Amino acid sequence: MAQGELTAERVLGEIRKCGVTHLVFLTDTKLRFIHDILLKQKEIIPVPFCREGEGIAIAAGLVIGGKKPLLLFQNTGLYESGDSIRTVALELRLPLLMIISYLGWKGDSPITDSAGIFLEPTLNAWGIKYHLMKSDEDVGKISLADKEAQETSKPVAILIATE
Amino acid sequence: MMESFEAVKVISEHRGEALIVATMTPGTELPVVTTKPEWDLSWHWSAMGKASSVALGIALARPDRKVLVLDADGALLMNLGSLVSIANMAPPNFVHFLFDNGVYRCTGGQPLPRRGQISFAAFARDAGYPNVSEFADVETLESNIDSVINQAGPSFVCLKVAPSLEKPAFPYLPARDVVGRFRETLKRS
Repeated sequence: MAQGELTAERVLGEIRKCGVTHLVFLTDTKLRFIHDILLKQKEIIPVPFCREGEGIAIAAGLVIGGKKPLLLFQNTGLYESGDSIRTVALELRLPLLMIISYLGWKGDSPITDSAGIFLEPTLNAWGIKYHLMKSDEDVGKISLADKEAQETSKPVAILIATE
Repeated sequence: MMESFEAVKVISEHRGEALIVATMTPGTELPVVTTKPEWDLSWHWSAMGKASSVALGIALARPDRKVLVLDADGALLMNLGSLVSIANMAPPNFVHFLFDNGVYRCTGGQPLPRRGQISFAAFARDAGYPNVSEFADVETLESNIDSVINQAGPSFVCLKVAPSLEKPAFPYLPARDVVGRFRETLKRS
């Protein structure tokens, strides 16, 4: 279950540490290794959605209802979800932990895919803090992002930056 | 066809202990008639179409509480996939009221695409809602409202409402305050 140096077991272990109750997700090639292991366990309830803006709103409802969701989706979907992020997550100041695949990431090479080119500038424009997760050495950033989301009552993103 | 305001009033009077998430036209009318504002999540959503999804999250988080969502037809067209997501999770405590007036009232009454030629009830049925009903007058709504709210959901109720452009003078509260009050109420209950 390894993808490069980032292993699903380590990611799941860190997600469990955060006390996540619901996995709100849309499948993605780069995230599949995490989906597979998350969908096999029984503690975190999976909530699939059809489009990312919808997923942000479902996660917002879970937070409003007192639960702790984790959002999982592709960076291309982030662009679609703009109005939900602006109005539901940012305006209402809801702490949302998001793991987003970094489609277009090329390691040390320049990014040529627009899916990747616009990702960090878009997050910066929205004032959403993010961390790159490239290998198992970075999984502690999930707990850090969760802490930051709770402390600031804002969304914080983990970007899966594997080639 | 009924006035949306009348329908909101009937739902509010029969809600019992239910939480209500309301958007667009019914979202402006609920604050005028509600007797339990602390149990209402009602504001003029800029994230048009997302009320049903927020309500799904609340229903999953609080299976001990009935959740009613008062949705609008133009809004639902912006988030049609939510019907599938809701039916897939199948929360038994979820009742989806759809106010079908065929127009975008907030922007002046422009017609929806294929106005009058599509069936939201059919959309919900095909998405997988086990209970789907449609009411065209307030008397029929009133005589069925208790069974609609109390049956195991998810349930979808299409309400044929007049494309009235009148808006009630509703009390304005910043969205953040409405949500803050609602979250506090949920924490205590």
